Amino acid sequence: MGALLDVKNLGISFGGLRAVNGFDISIEKEELYGLIGPNGAGKTTVFNLLTGVYKPDAGKVILDGQDITGKKTIDISKAGIARTFQNIRLFTKLSVLDNVKVGLHNKHHYSTIEGILRLPGYRRVEKEMNERAMELLKVFDLADHADYLASNLPYGQQRKLEIARALATEPKLLLLDEPAAGMNPNETGELMEMIQLVREKFHMTILLIEHDMKLVSGICEKLTVLNFGEVLAQGDTATVLNDPQVITAYLGE
Amino acid sequence: MWDMLKKMNKNTKSNLITYGIVIVAFVVMQLLISTGSISSLLEGLMVPLCMYIILAVSLNLVVGILGELSLGHAGFMCVGAFSSAFFSKCMADVITIAPLRFFLALLVGIASAAVFGIIIGIPVLRLKGDYLAIVTLAFGEIIKNLVNVLFIGKDSNGFHFSTKDVMGLNMEPDGTVIVNGPQGITGTPKDSTFLIGVILILITLFIVINLTNSRDGRAIMAIRDNRIAAESVGINVTKYKLMAFTISAALAGAAGVLYSHNLSTLTANTNNFGYNMSINILVFVVLGGIGSIRGSMIAAVILTLLPELLRGLSDYRMLIYAIVLILMMLFNWAPKSIEWREKYLSFGKKKKEAAK
Repeated sequence: MGALLDVKNLGISFGGLRAVNGFDISIEKEELYGLIGPNGAGKTTVFNLLTGVYKPDAGKVILDGQDITGKKTIDISKAGIARTFQNIRLFTKLSVLDNVKVGLHNKHHYSTIEGILRLPGYRRVEKEMNERAMELLKVFDLADHADYLASNLPYGQQRKLEIARALATEPKLLLLDEPAAGMNPNETGELMEMIQLVREKFHMTILLIEHDMKLVSGICEKLTVLNFGEVLAQGDTATVLNDPQVITAYLGE
Repeated sequence: MWDMLKKMNKNTKSNLITYGIVIVAFVVMQLLISTGSISSLLEGLMVPLCMYIILAVSLNLVVGILGELSLGHAGFMCVGAFSSAFFSKCMADVITIAPLRFFLALLVGIASAAVFGIIIGIPVLRLKGDYLAIVTLAFGEIIKNLVNVLFIGKDSNGFHFSTKDVMGLNMEPDGTVIVNGPQGITGTPKDSTFLIGVILILITLFIVINLTNSRDGRAIMAIRDNRIAAESVGINVTKYKLMAFTISAALAGAAGVLYSHNLSTLTANTNNFGYNMSINILVFVVLGGIGSIRGSMIAAVILTLLPELLRGLSDYRMLIYAIVLILMMLFNWAPKSIEWREKYLSFGKKKKEAAK
């Protein structure tokens, strides 16, 4: 059996700028993989290519044997990739519970008519959704805040809620875009535990972008370093972080 | 009974209050009418009032729940009004039972408005914000102007259409003109009543409230709050935008049916189906609090009745109307006023939180 995510020679240009070029990555099931690189290296662009926000002009993306290159965001979500965002994107005027229930949208169905007329199907499925959403919120210690508006949560909990919402879509691969951005060392430590927990509890494969080296070296098994849109180094975390090229790119000469 | 009320969640309770307000208001008005204690002018205002409430609630679905600005709402109302009046006029002799005829006309009006909602929604919902507002405004005007050049007649050979004049219909001598261009449709049976209006309000509320609290409604609100995030969890943005827009158009069509069956002569002009009306409806929605169904209902009532109640003050009428507009805006949106309301008007909530 091959890797869960297999990306070959992925590339995109914006005008004259080659933002990502010849990007390869191969992630095994239940691996925790880090994507690092200096600012503007193209990390988030890679995420946007993988989730269909941008269409690649070169390369192939295979998820679990299924070619998802250039598909639309919603089809990629259905195929099994979920993500969080660098700048948190919650449904701010919905409750915490409803945020997760939107994540459950494609896993629990009833028709519009059933919804408006409150037929038995509506009651049954809504009950399922509530139970499932509460389970997820409990994992992230958010169950007490289920009725809060998402925008009223503190920053750290908003990050957690975003991960909970992503997991609600029952993805095969979870992409985390700088989950520790704006967090203090304490919160980062808590987040590391949280990511480990998610991985074990949900048998999740995770690819994360991060700047916090402590977090990266602490939990990632493998790393890919991106610089000017190209892969600079790839492999085991320890090996990559000791690579002189990587040290140069990060710390300068 | 009281225990049952207590057990219900906040949302359900608030929705029941909304339905309750409508029913109580209806009963009170009915009593006043039957005891003859209100003027015939005010009594005549009851059906239009129901129509305004339906329009305000349905526009709130697009502006408040979907979060897009639409200024073409009167256009959909126009489609509903004319298609249903056309149906009723043709069927006046065939179906003599008024309630049945009205019910069928209602279905015709709703269906045609929904079809227009889909046809217009598909291209315009690619736009956002100001652009969407301007394009919907234009479509509203186009509908109104198209109706103004439409001539339809019927004779022994069937229907005849023209966009020029009555002569252009080329009818046999026995033909009758049904839609007469700028003169519109005359002689529509007067089937709308206050009771029917209130029933339609309740149905509209039922549809909008239940939709909002369902899986589809959550998807629509998710798109409003963050389109990119909604797409990332697999929400079909185009589908749900179109759904909200079409349901809203269909309900506006129902308001149009109510309107056309309340008048003996139906014409399309700027005041009833033009941008004036669209903006009027938007004012109800904005003043009532965007996204608040009950608010837009109350705003529609106050702003429709106010000019009539102030008739005695003749010259100062519009001045007072304008001041009330400003005061309502302040009450609903000023941060200080929101603070004050939270402090003094929500004891129930406070206690609950303290108990936690």
